[in-house]
Amino acid sequence: MSILVDENTTFIIQGITGREAVTMAREVLDYGSKLVGGVTPGRKGRDVHGVPVEDTVRALTERTRVDASVVSVPPGFAADAVLEAIDAGIKLVVVVTERIPRKQVAQFVEYAKQQGTRIIGPNCLGVISPGKSKVGGVGGANTERAFHPGRIGVMSRSGGMTVEIANSLSAAGLGVSTAVSIGGDAIIGSTYAELMPLFDADPDTHGIAIYSEPGGRAEYELADYMAQSGSKLPIVAFMAGRFMDEMPGMRFGHAGTIVEGKADTTAEKIANLEAAGISVAERIEDIPRLLRERLGETD
Amino acid sequence: MRFYEYEAKDLLRRHGVPLPQSRLAHTAEEAAAAAAELGPVVLKSQVLSGGRMKAGGVKFADTPDEAAAATTEILEIAINGLRPVGVLAEEKRTITQEYFAAVTYDGRAKLPVIIFSDMGGIDIEEVAEQHPEHLSRTHFSAARPFSDYIAKNAVAAVGVTGNDLNALTRIVASLARIFLQYDLTLAEINPIGRLDDGAILALDSHMDMEAEARRTHQALLKELGVDDDDNRQARPPTPFEIAAAQLDAADPRGVAGNLTEFDGNLGLIIGAGGGSLTLFDAVRQAGGHPANYCEIGGNPSVSKAAALTKLICEQPKVEKIAVMMNVVSNTRVDIVARGVIKGCIEAGFDPSEKIAIFRIPGSWEEEGFAILDRYGVDYVDRSVSMHEAAARAVAKMQA
Amino acid sequence: MAMFIRVDIDEAVQRDPALCRQLVEVCPVDIFALEESGRVTTVEPNLDECTLCALCWEAAPEGQVNVVRLYRE
Repeated sequence: MSILVDENTTFIIQGITGREAVTMAREVLDYGSKLVGGVTPGRKGRDVHGVPVEDTVRALTERTRVDASVVSVPPGFAADAVLEAIDAGIKLVVVVTERIPRKQVAQFVEYAKQQGTRIIGPNCLGVISPGKSKVGGVGGANTERAFHPGRIGVMSRSGGMTVEIANSLSAAGLGVSTAVSIGGDAIIGSTYAELMPLFDADPDTHGIAIYSEPGGRAEYELADYMAQSGSKLPIVAFMAGRFMDEMPGMRFGHAGTIVEGKADTTAEKIANLEAAGISVAERIEDIPRLLRERLGETD
Repeated sequence: MRFYEYEAKDLLRRHGVPLPQSRLAHTAEEAAAAAAELGPVVLKSQVLSGGRMKAGGVKFADTPDEAAAATTEILEIAINGLRPVGVLAEEKRTITQEYFAAVTYDGRAKLPVIIFSDMGGIDIEEVAEQHPEHLSRTHFSAARPFSDYIAKNAVAAVGVTGNDLNALTRIVASLARIFLQYDLTLAEINPIGRLDDGAILALDSHMDMEAEARRTHQALLKELGVDDDDNRQARPPTPFEIAAAQLDAADPRGVAGNLTEFDGNLGLIIGAGGGSLTLFDAVRQAGGHPANYCEIGGNPSVSKAAALTKLICEQPKVEKIAVMMNVVSNTRVDIVARGVIKGCIEAGFDPSEKIAIFRIPGSWEEEGFAILDRYGVDYVDRSVSMHEAAARAVAKMQA
Repeated sequence: MAMFIRVDIDEAVQRDPALCRQLVEVCPVDIFALEESGRVTTVEPNLDECTLCALCWEAAPEGQVNVVRLYRE
């Protein structure tokens, strides 16, 4: 099994004629994903690598089943695109766009919750269930090399590190059940703790690898979840941005990555994760070994 | 982007929040004139840093002469490395009670939240830990127009009633509206003071606007006198950083910039987001000395990657550069390879010598490796981890 | 001067005004431009930006638009 997306997931790309989206369209098609259409206002009737382009989301949802949408439009248009997808009844919206102002994210995340739509992102690379489908650009053109089908769930605040971690898991023979690039912004649609119940319910996920960094409270929320839910999945976390502990007030990397208070530092987060029984890896290449230890597979 | 106190108060004034009379002074003479007009004043350093009181950035003056002397002193004091841009001379009032109000986003609830306390003027984290009953947290919707009752609930939750409740409700509601209207990530008034005559005024304020929203609020920023290249980081930008920001802004295709200068000798071109944090840590763990942090991502154009590379290579302290990223998905190996080689050559260096290591596996890597082969650049594939690649670059610097 | 990419346009392309216009439209990095005469030409500063997306050579009959990777020569 897997979570969120599988071989039957049909989806569209909003902003499909953009420079990034054209490449993404070709890569998801090459991977075998069911990309059924794209939207760019004013470009109705065109096609991108054989995928039909429409002016509106509704034009696509009226004639075909659309399980998900990837929003890949400039930041000034992203909130509108997300609302259009939600109102067209799409239940999974993956927001790739970065630099969307926080207020707009809070607004569409709140509306999505009311309408029963799950948001992944913003500022993410999407979701992949290796060997089945990928919804978003995660993995690029050589997805198979980094993502072997397997038994570890991956969640990462960094799109790039989603792939790096998957690559290390695949090289070590553990593979990936589903990897979710959850996004690097201060407010995101789905946090580690919110996705954990899905992984807990997936019999093919035997362990979890997460990437995290300074800023925000998502790691504390995950630690609380592990304490309260009785989840049995072993988790190994990698914490980047340790140099930032000495540089309060400076923003590096993602919009959500800044040390404003003690709770934002990597030192505090690592202590909190370890107290919740989550192993913390020093280097990416240590993640597979720690997972095997936690799975009782050490030799 | 942090606002100065006088700018934050300008926003509060525009929204009808009652404030003490004040004048911004850039010189001792201007401060003396303000004191002549306002009577006894408090003089506050206008600097983008907390801890002003401890650092000597806040002084009291009863006469114009005292105000001039105090201002001369305050203007000399840098706080956390930042110089004040002036002194805010504000009429001195007698305060009988202090309150705290802030609006920010709670990433966990994914909603804006009002934090209110009747123990203002002191460290709010301390209040939260030691006197939780004196602090309320009230979430609200960013999607709906703000309603005053939410501010009233926040104030009433700590036991405030009577005239104070009504006056504070108006102030907190205005603060929440300002927060939403101007895409702020923090809007704080601390303290809000009740005076001996019962009036309630905003005495100090701290506001941060989200960098992504600056363009939306260009008109307001212009009115407040905030320049486009005034980045308001925790320390003033260096010329190297300003140049990187300019080249990033000049081309909307992808990100190549967000550069922070360090005092080492190894120039870094290290992906965006998480990969860059991981690699910066890795270089330091290996004993290396970065000359910079920067970001490349979202598939920048070849010319943009080249411009950033050229800028880094041209810094006198940069001996070599390391070009490293995590396994990339949408940023293409070949495009970055073209950009860094072009940038090296344009800066007058041989890429095979200047580039200590190129470790970018992933999208279009065969194409990228063909380019690197042609120019003799040392590269590794994904079988060499990020930490190992960083260690190799550092070893080359020491050779 | 472009270091990495050269684009060769066959004379046959110039006899098809619709194709000339199409090349300008499909290229995501603006490598093609129309001259006043209606002939299609390449924009020198944009050549190295080529993403090898294939849209131009797929739009033209086989062999009429060739994207040459100079580093493979």
